Amino acid sequence: MDAAKRPNKLFRNLNSKIASIPMILTVLVVFVGGTIWTVVHSFTSSRLLPRLDFVGLDQYERLWESSRWMISIQNLAIYGICSLILTLVIGFTLAACLDRKIRGEAVFRTIFLYPFALSFVVTGLAWQWILNPEFGMQSVIRDFGWTSFAFDPLNNPDIVMYGILIAGIWQGSGFIMVVMLAGLRGIDEDIWKAARVDGIPTWKTYVVIIIPMMRPIFVTALVLIASGIIKLYDLVVAQTNGGPGLASEVPAKYVINYMFQAQNLGQGFAASTMMLVSVIIILIPWAYLEFGGKKNG
Amino acid sequence: MADAALRDGPRGPKPKKSFSRANIFLYGTLLLVSLYYLLPLYVMIVTSLKGMPEIRMGNVFGPPMEITFEPWVKAWSEACTGINCDGLQRGFWNSVNILIPSLILSISIASINGYALANWRFKGSETFFTILIIGAFIPYQTMIYPIVIILREVGLMGSLGGLVLVHAVFGMPILTLLFRNYFTSLPEELFKAARVDGAGFWGIYFRIMLPMSLPIFVVAMILQVTGIWNDFLFGVIYTKPSTYPMTVQLNNIVNSVQGVKEYNVNMAATLLTGIVPLVIYFASGKLFVRGIAAGAVKG
Repeated sequence: MDAAKRPNKLFRNLNSKIASIPMILTVLVVFVGGTIWTVVHSFTSSRLLPRLDFVGLDQYERLWESSRWMISIQNLAIYGICSLILTLVIGFTLAACLDRKIRGEAVFRTIFLYPFALSFVVTGLAWQWILNPEFGMQSVIRDFGWTSFAFDPLNNPDIVMYGILIAGIWQGSGFIMVVMLAGLRGIDEDIWKAARVDGIPTWKTYVVIIIPMMRPIFVTALVLIASGIIKLYDLVVAQTNGGPGLASEVPAKYVINYMFQAQNLGQGFAASTMMLVSVIIILIPWAYLEFGGKKNG
Repeated sequence: MADAALRDGPRGPKPKKSFSRANIFLYGTLLLVSLYYLLPLYVMIVTSLKGMPEIRMGNVFGPPMEITFEPWVKAWSEACTGINCDGLQRGFWNSVNILIPSLILSISIASINGYALANWRFKGSETFFTILIIGAFIPYQTMIYPIVIILREVGLMGSLGGLVLVHAVFGMPILTLLFRNYFTSLPEELFKAARVDGAGFWGIYFRIMLPMSLPIFVVAMILQVTGIWNDFLFGVIYTKPSTYPMTVQLNNIVNSVQGVKEYNVNMAATLLTGIVPLVIYFASGKLFVRGIAAGAVKG
């Protein structure tokens, strides 16, 4: 009786709750549950099948002693730092060029952004072909008469990551350009006028006024690039498949290999947990800046 | 002062001629950079139209002396992965079969989520939303294996259905954000008026929200078509060779170690895989930019 008069709290807004069941399940089961499951199992000795016999930090010790993992981390660091700097510089420079009220802006924008529509597999295979030592760029330049020219990154362990970098930047920099362009368009025209009145040269206006004003955009771009870098997988698989040898291994590939090929689940879980930790390390300062800043301002 | 200046017309020095030194430098840079961006597409196209003898002669950048479409035919219907030699068409149709249900499922779930989060908040809904968004940053690698177990339990491992579910799950954060922000931006009076008229949760969704938000549905579709078509990781893990999506099959064809490398067929296959997202990109123009910007920059 009483329940009929005052409907149970649970049933208020019932349709909305029912409609949100897929979201709630995704959040609880996959995102929270799955992540916790993986972290917990990274402390076990699981091999072919996940098992719950805890071995403490054994998997992590093995992970950090593994030369393959160390190579993966170094490669990701090289790729990450270069990609971060170059993508930001190229993205901002192109956006600034396009923002100079030029003709054919739409055409240039279309050209710079189209690689972003392509998959990493397509990107990797296209650049694998261009960088092919026998028939690709190297041979063309040699045919021009520079016979000692050598640029064969995909078969040279020392520079293979730069070969992947060329492709990665080709694919992703247009996207950052779009983000930057949106930021530049958001800047008040009056600021440009004021800078012109004060006689500040254009380049200096960018460095001293515009870039500091675009700090939030740069932070967003940084987070976008960084989260893409950690995911680096398909591009490597398509372009070099980790080779030559282990020279272009990356953490994401390490995880997949140990989980699905080497049948050493525990290693895979430990490595993926390390990836999660690195994401958290990147995200916390960002979340602090983003959400902590709002309270103050 | 400023107003007066505007009314009197332009003042100050005349606008510079469009061919000043700075402008030549600007256009020069842009054209040079454009070359870098266009080069791979150009090389792929010309390579795919050459015969193998011509490719062996060298010069990837040269236009084909004799145009042949044979590599395209071969890539589509004869290229081999392992023992299967029925070409990339199998991967293409697999991808289509994955794409369409994934598209419908992920967009309907996400739009309803967004609608519930914008107009029918309940206790805890914002918490779930926050975790959902944080979830977009969790590396897939930490969630991949638990999903394998779940799919195995429900018998969907290796099937297209399983992959469709995975796409719906991982598309959810960005799409929900997209729809939630859009529905929040609609005038609230609209929703209130419909409530007064006695419309309920589903009534308002289907009769008011859905017809009003077609543009955002198009944006979501663009985002998902390119995202799902280009996926490699989920395809390689959650399907089996007979149901591999196009990207996975493409990689297997091109990077297969057996046989003589036919670079022209490889490039034709690569282009075939890239065509769908490229068409979407060139056809959608500004909407594509809006889609990726909405996914990237919040608000």
